[in-house]
Amino acid sequence: MNTTPPPVIEVTGVRRSYGGRSGTKPFEAVRGVDLTIERGELFALLGTNGAGKTSLMEVLEGLASPSVGRVRVLGHDPVRESRRVRPRTGVVLQESGFPGDLKVAEMASAWARTLSRPRRPAEVLDLVGLTPRSGVAISSLSGGERRRLDLALAVMGNPELLFLDEPTTGLDPESRRAAWDLVRGLVAQGTTVVLTTHYLEEAEQLADRLAVMHAGTIVRAGTPAELVAEEPARIEFTLDTPVELPALAGQHEAVRSSGLTRHSIETRALEDDLRVLLAWAHGEGISLGALDARSASLEQMFLSVASRPASDQTHPDTQEVAA
Amino acid sequence: MTTTPLDTKPFAETAGSLRRTRALGATELRLLVRNRTALVTAVGFGPLMVLATMGIFDDADGVLFSGALLVALVAFSVLFVVYYNLTTVSVARREELMLKRFVSSETSRTEMLVGMAVPATAIMLAQTVLTYVVLAVAFDPPALVNPLLVVVTILLAAGVFAMLAYASSGFTRSVESAQLTTMPVLFIAMGLSGLLFPLDVLPSTVANLAQLTPLAPVVELLRLAISGVAADGSVVTLAESFSQGLRPLAVLVAWSVVGVWAIRRWMRWDPRR
Repeated sequence: MNTTPPPVIEVTGVRRSYGGRSGTKPFEAVRGVDLTIERGELFALLGTNGAGKTSLMEVLEGLASPSVGRVRVLGHDPVRESRRVRPRTGVVLQESGFPGDLKVAEMASAWARTLSRPRRPAEVLDLVGLTPRSGVAISSLSGGERRRLDLALAVMGNPELLFLDEPTTGLDPESRRAAWDLVRGLVAQGTTVVLTTHYLEEAEQLADRLAVMHAGTIVRAGTPAELVAEEPARIEFTLDTPVELPALAGQHEAVRSSGLTRHSIETRALEDDLRVLLAWAHGEGISLGALDARSASLEQMFLSVASRPASDQTHPDTQEVAA
Repeated sequence: MTTTPLDTKPFAETAGSLRRTRALGATELRLLVRNRTALVTAVGFGPLMVLATMGIFDDADGVLFSGALLVALVAFSVLFVVYYNLTTVSVARREELMLKRFVSSETSRTEMLVGMAVPATAIMLAQTVLTYVVLAVAFDPPALVNPLLVVVTILLAAGVFAMLAYASSGFTRSVESAQLTTMPVLFIAMGLSGLLFPLDVLPSTVANLAQLTPLAPVVELLRLAISGVAADGSVVTLAESFSQGLRPLAVLVAWSVVGVWAIRRWMRWDPRR
């Protein structure tokens, strides 16, 4: 067969607004997003608080219709054709809960009975390390244990597509690693995963591709390596006497304070600039104090995006309101 | 290419729907049994109210007296087991974000709503049977002119008051505040049902309006079906109980339409922020 499989998620021109009725000004949380996610990918959606991640996720999960635009999940409209989509997806919502009076195992088996293709509840509880807690009332679980139960329920239906909205928030480092292993295992078996996270390390560790949202739009998208490559590297050092630096490819900045000049160079030619700089220092007999040269990180890319003002000038007085 | 496992299987879909509803119902029943306050309110309030209001029905005798008590039991059950109880259940599930979880799952909203109402409806049916037995032993067995109509009325009433409960939960911030927010429906429905005093003591316009309140057709139907007594006090046969029941049945069906609309309008699946 020469047909390539259709993308798992296809989003074109999606916008989503809240409010606007009864005199309140509408707030546009998603302002024109195009997105394609292929089968078997782990796609991470990053962004600052209020960037529109969860609003977009809710559209993908079929919990809300976009105000404008087209969404296809597993080839179907996730709202109108939810009966076709839901049995094939699993969701960890940013926030969701349980009746505290139920025991862990009771919740798991009740949930399994609502699924078309359930895995064995005991097996899934084991996967998230909750087996020793299965006889405990949910009200006495810790926050991290509840999060692991969320994850267990989301994967119990053998989903082809898994939505994880900040799945590891509140987990201790060890449980976070365990959750990562679980997610990696699912991806290895062919599950497509859409993840939002506040932890850049998490995105770096897990994601095949990622997108950064800011003020309702996707401002960067690509593999972690591609995104980092778009950002300049940085060279920093201090000198005690003011001198003229050699010509470099990067942008140079110098700040003098308490007898020292702190030099920083943002460059896309780290290796070349560093070579020139070191040769120059060697020739001049100058020692570069506290020399630090580093490639861009995902964090640096993220911060440079997050610090930008919202580019959308058509909504100058937009304010985020509690919906 | 790829398989589409859910295609063209209406039978499997119905089976799945029943399985999900049953799973939710069983979970709700388990939660109700574990929540002492809710359980006592749900199971105890109806019989208690019957005992408290027994004096009202003293003028009837024998079969009619026990019939009147059974009608009262079902009516109070509708209000407390179904309406009040389900308002609190729906608020609790919303506030603990359980509704939100299910909204994003395979389970449909309708399946959730029906599933939540299953234990309440079952308790109501069980109370009705139990009360019949108690009355039969202690006094005379109620006449039970039209058992089918009794069951139809109970199920319809449970459905209507469940829907009113879900709509009321939209006005209710917490389980505790349900004590306040359920009062309007409880008082209006009970007061104008014709259960505590006959509606014909009211001015005719008010009486006509009262017949349109949701519990009034339930009481009228139950009196027809259990005691064989029509609204005007005449005694009816089995066949007449059906024809006399058409108007109140129509009112109940109209309330179920209102109920669907009210759920869409007011019920919340997400906690208030």
